[in-house]
Amino acid sequence: MARMKFLCDAERCIECNGCVTACKQEHDIPWGVNRRRVVTINDGVPGERSISVACMHCSDAPCMAVCPVDCFYRTDDGVVLHDKDLCIGCGYCFYACPFGAPQFPQAGAFGVRGKMDKCTFCAGGPEPNNSEAEYKKYGRNRLAEGKLPVCAEMCSTKALLGGEGDVLADIYRERVTTRGKGSEVWGWATAYGRPEGPKGAPGMPGAPASPGAPAPAGAKS
Amino acid sequence: MIRTTISVLIGALLALGLAGCGERPQVVNYKKGEYQGKPDQKAYDTAPWNGNKRDWEVALATRNQSQNEYKRIR
Repeated sequence: MARMKFLCDAERCIECNGCVTACKQEHDIPWGVNRRRVVTINDGVPGERSISVACMHCSDAPCMAVCPVDCFYRTDDGVVLHDKDLCIGCGYCFYACPFGAPQFPQAGAFGVRGKMDKCTFCAGGPEPNNSEAEYKKYGRNRLAEGKLPVCAEMCSTKALLGGEGDVLADIYRERVTTRGKGSEVWGWATAYGRPEGPKGAPGMPGAPASPGAPAPAGAKS
Repeated sequence: MIRTTISVLIGALLALGLAGCGERPQVVNYKKGEYQGKPDQKAYDTAPWNGNKRDWEVALATRNQSQNEYKRIR
């Protein structure tokens, strides 16, 4: 049995908000509701990190525990979904969720809180698969089409991964062990390729500077 | 008079002392709720899978691996 999860690589996320836009477009999400958003820590400070956050489809979901009308359920794939016909929009799930995933559309002229809306892992809800009713209430059901969540699939830097947890862990492990650390991650050699010549050859990184070579522009004598 | 006062005091003390015996447990036993909404279909129940879970899983696994650019570019 698959266990669907999201994983966001903070080393790769460039805060482009492409995932947020793709989600809104895919599911025709109303104004004021963000099923996914990008959070930046230490914004503007060197070394800032961004991470894309949505419902994490918890294995022991607090929203399910606190819901007074028990409108939440978990699919066989570990996706936490809810029945909007049963939701009373009380907001308990919003207080319980550590990720701030539940969203409440402003329905009506006086900002009355509507029924809760959240990330469905592009798995729709308790309506016939790919029906109009499902799209209207929960958005597109990409899982039923054999596709993964649009936010992860369209992520340009592949910072956001979505799918079976074990597979994501393998992808991330390979990534971390391949990219190395420090300057190996984003250095010149990573961007433009490593030199072909033998190490220490003239003109190659790590070669000793020749005594007669002109100093680079801007260098202090 | 003194006897009456003493017997009233003893009676009051006994009543206070036994009051704890009638205390009920105040810890709520949390009972996990059951889903009350409509039943949902499985993702592979409808076309193009028509209940073929295996094909659906293969399709998802393929797309899952397409997120691994180390495999994709090799």
